[in-house]
Parts: sequence; C-alpha cells; structure tokens
Amino acid sequence: MKQRLLVNPIDCDGHGACAELLPEMIALDEWGYPLIDGRPVPPALIKDARAAVSACPKLALRLLEVTD
Amino acid sequence: MTPAVTTDVPRLLPRDGERIQNWRAHSAKFGRIPYRNAAGSLINDIEASGLTGRGGAAFPTYRKLAAVLEASVRKRVRPTVIANGAESEPASEKDATLLWLAPHLVLDGLQLAAEAVGAESAVLYTHAHRAGDVGARLREAIADRFDDHVAVRLAIAPPRFLAGQETALISHLDGGPAIPRFPFPRVTEQGLDGDPTLVQNAETLAHLALIARFGPGWFREIGTRREPGSFLATVRRADGRPRIMELPLGTPVPEVIGGLGQVTALLIGGYHGTWVPVARAAKLRLDNESLSSVGASVGAGILAALPGDRCGLVESARILRYLALESAGQCGPCLNGLPRMSAALTALARGRAPRGTRADLERWAGLVTGRGACHHPDGTARFVASALRTFAAELDRHGRGQCGATNAAPFLPVPQSAARTEEDWL
Repeated sequence: MKQRLLVNPIDCDGHGACAELLPEMIALDEWGYPLIDGRPVPPALIKDARAAVSACPKLALRLLEVTD
Repeated sequence: MTPAVTTDVPRLLPRDGERIQNWRAHSAKFGRIPYRNAAGSLINDIEASGLTGRGGAAFPTYRKLAAVLEASVRKRVRPTVIANGAESEPASEKDATLLWLAPHLVLDGLQLAAEAVGAESAVLYTHAHRAGDVGARLREAIADRFDDHVAVRLAIAPPRFLAGQETALISHLDGGPAIPRFPFPRVTEQGLDGDPTLVQNAETLAHLALIARFGPGWFREIGTRREPGSFLATVRRADGRPRIMELPLGTPVPEVIGGLGQVTALLIGGYHGTWVPVARAAKLRLDNESLSSVGASVGAGILAALPGDRCGLVESARILRYLALESAGQCGPCLNGLPRMSAALTALARGRAPRGTRADLERWAGLVTGRGACHHPDGTARFVASALRTFAAELDRHGRGQCGATNAAPFLPVPQSAARTEEDWL
C-alpha cells in the first residue's frame, strides 16, 4: 500500500513545521504555505513523513493510503 | 424578468410564444411525471444517455446518482437531493431563465432524481438577486404541483460568487456561511446533515426529466457522439445583451456569435474560463473535445464577445479584482495570491507596472493553481493566464502608455458589492 501526503488548505496556517521535517517532499511558497510533492512517499521517507504529520499544529497534514 | 431566448432545439426552453411555466400547461405538454416505482431504475438510462453535469464540471450524472444511492444504502440513511440553481457567475443567466420559463421541468427532474436515489427530502437552491421574480414563481410552482412524492423546500443563496459551489451550498443549508469546505469526504458521502447528498445543477435535472420520458436514444439524437445532447448557453455578442440559447453540443462558434468582424476575443466559460483570440475561436466547436485544444471548456455555457472598441486588459483587471474580493479567504495561497494578482494586473492595465510585474503575475497564477479547497484559485489563474496570452499585444501597448480602446465603459457585468463581514456569506 502506497501513501501520499495531502494538506487541508483551509486548516493550514503556514506554520511550516512540515517543511522543516520533510524538506525532501515539502517546500514552502513565498507566503510560507506548503508546496507538497503529491507522488507516493518513498519507503525511506515514511518515518519523516509521519513526523511531519504529527508536528502540524493545525492537524492539517495527512498521510493517505492509496491503491495504485 | 424578460429574457431574450433563442432556441432551434426546443427541448428545455419553450418555443416562441409557448408558455409552460404553470403546472397545467406543463402537464398538458409533457404528461405525468414518469416515476419508475423503484429506486435506481432511472440510473441505467441516465448512464446510457451520456448526460453530464451542466453546472460547469461536466461530471457524468449517473456516477453521482449511483454514488449517493450506494452510500445511502450502505449507511442505511435516506439522502437529500438538491437542485442547484444558484448560478453565481455574474455573466450567466441560463439557470435563472430555465427556472423562470420551465420551472416544472426542473422540479420533475428533482422528483425523479429523488426517487432514483431513494431520497426523502429535496431542496431547490436559487440566487438571492433572483429571489423577487424567479423565487416568487418557484414558490408558486412548488405549491401548484400535486404528484410530488417528496416535499421540496426553496432556499436562497447569498449573492456571493462561491455560493453555488457544492460544499458552500451544503454549508449554507446546514445553517453556516456559504463558503467551501475541504472536499473530502465527498458530498455524495457526507453532505447535508452529514448524510449522503445529491447536488445537481438545475439544467441537469431538466435534462434528466426529459430522458426519463423520451429515453437515452432520444437524448443522443443531437450533440456529438462523445458529448451528446443540448446545453443552455448565455451568449453576449458585441452589443453586450445576454441571450439565452439552447444549443446542441458541438455547435460551431461562428453560428452562435454573429458579427465576429467587430470582435477581438471571446471569453469561453465565464470568469473561471478562458480568453481566446477571435481568429482561433472562430474555428472552435462548443464541445469539450474541441475547446480543450485552447485550454477551455463548455463549463456553464458562458460565451462573451469582446467588442473591438474595448480593452481586454482593462476588462480582465476589473473581473480579476472582483474574483479576488470573492475569495472566501480560507486557504493561504488564494488569500495571498489573488489580491497580489489583482493588483499586478491593475498596474499593468494602467501602464504603471514596475519591471517584473508580468513575471510575478505569471508565477503567482502557477503558484495558486490546485492549492485551494475549491477551484476558485484554479479558475482565476486560468482566466488570468489566458488574458496575458490573448492580450499580449495590448500588454506591450500599455507598457508604452497607450491603449487600443476607444470606449472606456465597462462591458462584462461585475457586481459592485463585496463581502465585508461574515454576515455577507450567510
């Protein structure tokens, strides 16, 4: 089962914790909001991705299981 | 309300002089409501017909019906069906016109869709600025019907651009502001009161009511093989007057917009749509297969010609300002990007833009795309990018302090009121 990152842009306030913890897949735009790599998270980065999800103060970031 | 209506395809709209807005005349023309006496039986016919949503997204109608039926059976709850007549594009008048001239066709479709998904309640959602004329007629129409299986409630949308967006509509009917929410879970799964909900554009339901009567083969007699049937268009030619036309999908653009000689560009799909130079537009047909070649789509059927005496940049800047003000301001990229984009295009149109403004605007258009809970930033970015492409020569002229327009009067309609407080979204 693959996993992808998904942000709820309404909940996201641009704290930026996710980009610090997972710079390989999350960059910040010029206003501080996350630009997320929508491809499946490589196995080597799953642990960091979980940390990024947990670190979001707004619980706006999720890891979704995808079937493909 | 006295809409200018043209139809060579009298399916949804009455022919000249014909009046079918009252129940008796409607029943005399169309007969009884063709109930199937079984949930789900109509869905196969709708699938065979190839009907897609006429509110803008062109999503296959049967898939929404099937999703709501499946979710409600699984959750053991009765869904709600909603007819969405709150066309919020200021340049569109097709749903209001349909509800005005043929309200019972939409209400028949609402009853039949309710039966198809096993719904026990129904809502007809219309726009506030139509509450006086269209709203009054709908109230009367609902009271006149006698073969309805499901009670229909009339609801009025606030006069905001996003009020007709599917999740905004649910939020409003649930007692909150008419602003979009995160699209997951889907409304078909968790909509009104948290139960599965079917939201269909008013015109889509009118087509559904006709397919239920005459069958999918009849529906496919016009239109293209891939995109069958007809659609309602709001057409503004160079004279600026809106005309509501019922057209087969695939109709060539020059057949719809006469007098292309006095026109510089066409706006296809409304304020979330695409500007196309007139030479290119003249070769297009009004179906998504053809329009996708220029990054456009039929959308909600809005087609507007820009007369040669107007400036496309000035028009676009005015519309973009409106779109930026109509952002619900919930998502960071939209909240930050749209006002900056608006300021940049206004500066370019005034010929007072610092170096790099155009590059900023193009970058921001890319940056906001796909990053909102709804498609407002995407549609706005598409509109802006197409304006920069289509009016490139005008952009250079404005950079030198000149403008090709000889008529400074605003052309396309833009509402004056902007939301100032949260109350304005209720």
